[in-house]
Amino acid sequence: MSDSKHDSKSDSRSDSQSDSTDRLIATAQAVVARAQDLGAHTAEVLLVTHRELTAKIRLGKPELVLQASSRALGLRVIRDQCSAVCHTADLAPAALDEFAAQAVDAARLSEPDPNSTPPDPGDLATAADRPDLDIHDPAMAKVDADQALAMAIAGEQAARDHDPRITNSEGATCSIATGQRILVTSGGFTGSYGGTFASLVVEPVADDADGKKRNGHWWDGRRHLSRLASPQDIGAEAARRTVEQLGARKIDTCQVPVIFSPEAGSQVLSTLFGVVSGDAAYRRSTYLLDREKTPIASGLVTVVDDPLVPGGPGSRPFDGEGLASRKNVVVDRGAFTGFLCDTYAGRRLGRPSTASAGRGISGPPGVTSSNFTLVPGDITPEDLLADTDRAFYVTRLMGFGFNPVTGDFSKGAEGFWIEKGKRAFPVSEVTISATLDELLLGVDGVANDLDHRSSTASPTFRVKTMTVAGS
Amino acid sequence: MNDSASRTSVFGPGADAHQCDRLLGEALSRGGDYADLFFEHNQSGSFTFEDGRVKNVGRGVSLGMGARVVDGEATGYAYAQDLEEAPMREAARTAGTIATGGGATEAVAVSASSRPDYYPVDTPTLWAPDDHRLALIRRADAAARAYDPAVSKVQVTLGEGLRRVLVATSDGRLVTDEQPLFRFFVRVVAEQGAKRQSGSSGGGGRQGLSYFEGQRPEEIGREAARIALAMMDAQEAPAGEMTVVLGPGDSGILLHEAVGHGLEADFNRKATSNYSGRVGEAVASDLCTVVDDATVTGARGSINVDDEGLQGRRTVLIEKGILRGYMHDRLSARLMDAHPTGNGRREDFTVTPYPRMTNTFLLAGQSDPEEIIRSVDRGIYACHFSGGQVNISNGDFVFSLTESYLIEGGKITAPLRGVNLIGNGPDVLTRVSMVGTDFAAADGIWTCGKEGQSVPVGVGTPTLKLDGITVGGTQA
Repeated sequence: MSDSKHDSKSDSRSDSQSDSTDRLIATAQAVVARAQDLGAHTAEVLLVTHRELTAKIRLGKPELVLQASSRALGLRVIRDQCSAVCHTADLAPAALDEFAAQAVDAARLSEPDPNSTPPDPGDLATAADRPDLDIHDPAMAKVDADQALAMAIAGEQAARDHDPRITNSEGATCSIATGQRILVTSGGFTGSYGGTFASLVVEPVADDADGKKRNGHWWDGRRHLSRLASPQDIGAEAARRTVEQLGARKIDTCQVPVIFSPEAGSQVLSTLFGVVSGDAAYRRSTYLLDREKTPIASGLVTVVDDPLVPGGPGSRPFDGEGLASRKNVVVDRGAFTGFLCDTYAGRRLGRPSTASAGRGISGPPGVTSSNFTLVPGDITPEDLLADTDRAFYVTRLMGFGFNPVTGDFSKGAEGFWIEKGKRAFPVSEVTISATLDELLLGVDGVANDLDHRSSTASPTFRVKTMTVAGS
Repeated sequence: MNDSASRTSVFGPGADAHQCDRLLGEALSRGGDYADLFFEHNQSGSFTFEDGRVKNVGRGVSLGMGARVVDGEATGYAYAQDLEEAPMREAARTAGTIATGGGATEAVAVSASSRPDYYPVDTPTLWAPDDHRLALIRRADAAARAYDPAVSKVQVTLGEGLRRVLVATSDGRLVTDEQPLFRFFVRVVAEQGAKRQSGSSGGGGRQGLSYFEGQRPEEIGREAARIALAMMDAQEAPAGEMTVVLGPGDSGILLHEAVGHGLEADFNRKATSNYSGRVGEAVASDLCTVVDDATVTGARGSINVDDEGLQGRRTVLIEKGILRGYMHDRLSARLMDAHPTGNGRREDFTVTPYPRMTNTFLLAGQSDPEEIIRSVDRGIYACHFSGGQVNISNGDFVFSLTESYLIEGGKITAPLRGVNLIGNGPDVLTRVSMVGTDFAAADGIWTCGKEGQSVPVGVGTPTLKLDGITVGGTQA
């Protein structure tokens, strides 16, 4: 699953782009035709372009200005049910002819897989189902290095001004990314979309007792520059989050309710995505294998994967195989609706695709999430907290401690100890453990603070009990 | 794409010495302390074997040149994918806009520099006959399936690459390197009734197919199956602080997280690491000597030259518990007035280098590994891991166990379910109370992420005993 900060997809095309877009579409079409001429039964080309401006500053001075653009092309061929995927950045016509021949040749090394097929042409998105997803902002093309540096400097300065305990900084980074994706398939699909993403992250550092440092960070990222939070607000929030960790300590091992902040909650959702993916199902690598249509979470939990969220960081008008995007309800008031599938996973599981194919240039399509979110509840996070007697409130999770086959979940955590509905003191160097099954079934409160800043996002939620391991 | 011709001329005339001189001159035309050009040609391939068949074949090539100008602490960076004069000059000029000091820099004249050869490979695996490689994959698959009837799914992947780089620097160096690499990996799912478990194992490095003469693919397949079966009946792990014994090899991931990242000089230059300003102080028990060693023949993390054109080398980081130094890139070495250590690495030509580890090892000690286990009345023995992470500032690090057992009365007993360990870097190495004689480098599977960039690394350690680290189980 891609990190939303590096996402750059959009659906509307600006005028300045359309000339070159038409040329790139023609290039992709030529490669598809060439591969078919050489004997490929299926040929699919993804062409991506990327332009970035990254400005990083530290202690008020520039540390890095990176400005560049790139493009690359990936080709999947299927011949007699045998697949190969090749990629190149050399788009000269002669080189592409040679490239297509190599791809068709490489397919000879793989073995027939009857499920390796493209979508049925009748299922492909038509020009009529290309919604405007509001993910392209022409203003981003006008941002120059000095402006990006100024935003980063303002963000860091706001953090340092906010609290005298901010003694150092890992800096601030402003990134502006513009990209385009063009998909052409031998099944008759041609589509393109372009988009933008701007982000600003501020990372202050404070000194704690015993020579320990405490870093914190805060960030915002949006498809439109004008919707990005101000550098002042981002910097102040980063400072607040840094100093509130001062004096953090371990707690004794206990079993208590655990409240997940939106940041920690989104990591739990990432974990969930891995086990509702059809790829995991046909590989028998998910604990949810026999759990479709049964409760896998408390009735407060509804999870959707929605590529059509206006301005969403994970929004896409069509999927990686050219199917029209649609919203999928994955967990409906606790019940597991079914695995998310691309065409291949769907065929393996004997069902249609859910239009959940993602695709990069260097591999075959695979199941990916778009905007994968826990649907918010009715209460405010403050009320959820106030309703909690003793609990561990998690702001940050660390590590790879999840086994999708068994659902065992064990991760490093930091946050706050909650006593009588209030933050009592900061906590670090503990772990939280349960199975993901127990965690989801134990959700007993979902707040209303969902923010679509990242493509996998969650509001604050509370779990009845987990093991917190400390001293 | 088995094109073995023109091994040294993949960059064409765009990378000849005079062209580099001109481009470096352009880069420094507005001033700056230092500039370099990083040419990279990366050829990659993969085989995915699943459900008894070769499911997909992947091939790819990327090519480009990154231009960098450093002025004080500021870096300007741009890159070009076309190695034609105009786009390369544009990249050099764009990178140069970071400088504010004005031009009048002396003309640059690069000349070829020599380099060592820590990975003498006649034929990169990418160029070996396809049927040889596919035969190795099938052997691993067959061995995993034959291990036990409970094995229900086997996936074997072979990822391969040949990365060719040319670095030209404004201090006159022009260095080339060819970096072959492969990673062979087996994942298994085993099922007994309603119970299911997974296991994985792998290997590789900067070697040719002769690697498989020492490490047979059957052994990798069987090891993955063994772990899945061994963990099938795993019980819930304890929660809380206890003694942990780490097995040799892969446990080096602890070292990588607990101290490795904290000793990368960028964090120390900025005084954002727990280890900042502590050279000469005790940061570990006196049983601990830690090195970063780029010179191990054929190892995954080895480099002849780093991505700034400096030779890879062996650097002592901690000697008998005393912090001796940091891992540097050119920028940190210059700003901290230290010797460069050849640790400037980057994922590819689209990004700037940072101080990064190569192969990071804790060296062998005096204790018999069996005696170490016997010395523990109640604790955990850990031998396989899925990965780790560290927060540089406060030093908290985690690593996740995928194969571990209880130790009871000096004996390894019940298998434990996947569990996370958490500790604090500057604290945990002071708790090392026994170090085994059985040093082993992990086989070549590890990849390190930092600043959004992935680079291949090696880890290694002997058996270690840690007196007290928090185990994140569920049995409070």
